[in-house]
Amino acid sequence: MSMTTTAGHVHADPHHIGVVIEHPGPASKRIVTAYGFWIFLLSDIVMFSCFFAAYAVLSGQTAGGPKGSEIFEQRNVAIETVCLLLSSFTCGMASIAADVRNRFWYYLGMAVTCVLGVIFLIIEFREFADLIARGYGPSRSAFLTAFFSLVGCHGLHVSAGVLWLLTMMAQVFAKGFRADVLRRMMCFALFWHALDIIWVGVFSVVYLLGGGT
Amino acid sequence: MSDQTHLPGHDLAPGEEEQHSVGERVLGYVVGLGLALLLTATSFFIAGTDLVWQPSIPVALIVLAIAQMGVHLVFFLHITTGPDNTNNVLALAFGLLVVFLVVGGTVWIMSHLNANMPPMDQIMPKPM
Repeated sequence: MSMTTTAGHVHADPHHIGVVIEHPGPASKRIVTAYGFWIFLLSDIVMFSCFFAAYAVLSGQTAGGPKGSEIFEQRNVAIETVCLLLSSFTCGMASIAADVRNRFWYYLGMAVTCVLGVIFLIIEFREFADLIARGYGPSRSAFLTAFFSLVGCHGLHVSAGVLWLLTMMAQVFAKGFRADVLRRMMCFALFWHALDIIWVGVFSVVYLLGGGT
Repeated sequence: MSDQTHLPGHDLAPGEEEQHSVGERVLGYVVGLGLALLLTATSFFIAGTDLVWQPSIPVALIVLAIAQMGVHLVFFLHITTGPDNTNNVLALAFGLLVVFLVVGGTVWIMSHLNANMPPMDQIMPKPM
């Protein structure tokens, strides 16, 4: 990265701003891949914002059915939140382990992430099953439709994330820490952290704001 | 190797950190986890308490949620204000713009429609 000859400086400073910027050519594949996935994640967040907007509009339209404060259980939501938060942390540990090529900590971090994600899904599934068994399914009221579609959409993302996580463990097991496997691992970590950010919105807006008053 | 190591003067991929030792990186995640847990605990406490003025609770919950999202972005996704992160921040800013337009616009418009709509029995009189 050292400065080149004077002729090189003329090309490196096309607007004569006195600052020489060396253009090293196209960005590396790792940056391009992660940036593309970042754009996808942002579009996914925009999609979630539509579900949030629908929930905000419909949260009072209970059509004689239950209100949020009657069906939400804060204790379960708190356990779910802690599970996702800790899984975000262990996912970070697994990415560090992948960067330093440490298989033991990588498998351990990913396994703990997987267990926490599955606990989250089980709690959420039982909550949904319980609501439907009591007759409060998504067709009961506009509020419940918005609730099931928003929280269910997040749950589907977590399910997909768990499948992806297992795939990444299998790929490292079969192929080792190859450059392409590490790129996928980086995208997976971005995905998992983004899901946690969306969950912050879900528990704040749906469970705490919708459960109060 | 240029596929993996971060060279000075290059951009950073989203989620990627500048060159740090493993200890420093782990410490970053620990600090992020601690702050996030603290903010989560505050949210759950505020939502169910009688100690504060009740109308302030929704505002406090929204502020706490935004603060926690910020903590996640900085400590888990490693979004910084550095020049090597400009592309990532710009993409994020555009995403946030669309999110605020969608959510804010929907809530605004729908509340006005609700307020301006006459009661149902005035639109459709009940049959005699």
